[in-house]
Amino acid sequence: MNASMTASRKWRKPPMIKNPLMRWGLISGCLIYLVLAFGSFDVNWARVYEGLDRGWQFILAFSKPDFLSRKSDIIDGMAESAIMTITSTACGILISIPIGLGAARNIAPLPVYLVCRGVIAISRALHEIIVAILLVAIFGFGPFAGFVTLSFATIGFLAKLLAEDIEDTDRSQAEAIKATGASWWQWVTYGIQPQVMPRLIGLSMYRLDINFRESAILGLVGAGGIGATLNTAFDRYEFDTAAAIIIMIIVIVMFLEYLSGVIRARLQ
Amino acid sequence: MAVSINKNGQKIWAVRDRNAQLTRWFVYFVTVAVIMYCWQTISEATTWFFVLDAPRIAGDIGGRAMPPKWSYINELWKPLWDTINIATIGTVLSLIIAVPVAFMAARNTTPHQKLCRAPALLIIVSSRSINSLIWALLLVAIIGPGIFAGTIAIALRSIGFCAKLLYEAIEEIDEKQVEAITATGASRWQVMAYAIVPQIMPSFAGISVFRWDINIRESTVLGLVGAGGIGLQMQSSLNVLAWPQVSLILLVIFAAVILSEMVSAKVRAAII
Repeated sequence: MNASMTASRKWRKPPMIKNPLMRWGLISGCLIYLVLAFGSFDVNWARVYEGLDRGWQFILAFSKPDFLSRKSDIIDGMAESAIMTITSTACGILISIPIGLGAARNIAPLPVYLVCRGVIAISRALHEIIVAILLVAIFGFGPFAGFVTLSFATIGFLAKLLAEDIEDTDRSQAEAIKATGASWWQWVTYGIQPQVMPRLIGLSMYRLDINFRESAILGLVGAGGIGATLNTAFDRYEFDTAAAIIIMIIVIVMFLEYLSGVIRARLQ
Repeated sequence: MAVSINKNGQKIWAVRDRNAQLTRWFVYFVTVAVIMYCWQTISEATTWFFVLDAPRIAGDIGGRAMPPKWSYINELWKPLWDTINIATIGTVLSLIIAVPVAFMAARNTTPHQKLCRAPALLIIVSSRSINSLIWALLLVAIIGPGIFAGTIAIALRSIGFCAKLLYEAIEEIDEKQVEAITATGASRWQVMAYAIVPQIMPSFAGISVFRWDINIRESTVLGLVGAGGIGLQMQSSLNVLAWPQVSLILLVIFAAVILSEMVSAKVRAAII
């Protein structure tokens, strides 16, 4: 190979999208969209500049969080959040298991499958806060509305992932159980359940963590939990109390994440 | 697996031996006791009359809401456009910050285990534990209501999510390719560009589309705390109890979320 040929054939990184028309189409489409989007963005910079001082105060508040002056409110709110989290996770798991079984195509007949998938789709599409607003209107203020909201949200998450996991199970194990003459229940308990159990426990722990995080905002619409205390603290510009609550939420979430990591490691 | 022998000398097979089984029953017992206690506390804080009356109230609200006020849709296009912008620009902003954070948090690319990795992990966990609605509440108090506050809130919440998934993807790359590029005498940045980036590009694209889809759902409610988008319309309709408008808004949100989920699923299927 002579020098001129190596010079003309310079190596280039292969592009991620092979088709050049599609590549440039996508890039220009994104650019046009960004220009349009930023065009409809009106930021009041004067207001932002004014607020920076308050923002700085809030960041400073993290260096001296105030756990004490609203102590009883914080304790009550946290306890309510924790209680809502535990009950709704338990209730959500209990309901998700039959729905997850029904939404797995390899063990459920078609009509059951469609109904269960529909329930999952509705639960996943509506944000927790929207569900909570409607349920507060129906059930009245308090943790019960929050409990029902979180249980409903748990179904969409857990049942969907459980169903996908059941669809991925090893066929031969289930068939071996069936070949022994097992009934439907025995087939599910000995053929399917052991295969999905570790993942189900892992997912439940993860959902416990999510439910706690979500329970912190349900209070904004009156569905109980620490959110109401946090909202009041913001409204009164008590940034040091708000910082204390946020720090507590972060610490609890970190602890739950650590716990679920330990439990998942022991299961596998 | 355990085999026990009963009085007649027959072997009986059981899944677990006696101690394991007893521990298991104890754990079950404690769990059930905790759950029952929590349930009792909720039950005490509940006005059961309202709960028992709920089907009637639900029927009443449903009746009021039922023919959605279709003409209201003309006032929803602008908020819907705002909602999509909040989600998209928020995702883009978060990715700009999440990428360096992810490289600092991944064990194999971090410049320093303690000085860089620990702060990066702290950023990830604090961003993840605070819901975008709380970020929005905070930002509305600081920089005033509007789309801008909503976008920043979405961005702040997404940093942790994207950085976490991305750094896990970086840790799972094939080290042989890195070694091969290093062996050619490439600098640190060249190794990054030619060995690491091409390997994580598909998961990067997947993660960003996935988060965009979640952000569409989250940005529909940011308006409830004054951070712009379609939630603002919902809040004002709820305040005047205009249920036909609420039902239309819910339908629009439902359609937007389902569409974005379909787009995201399509894109992810094309990538992987």
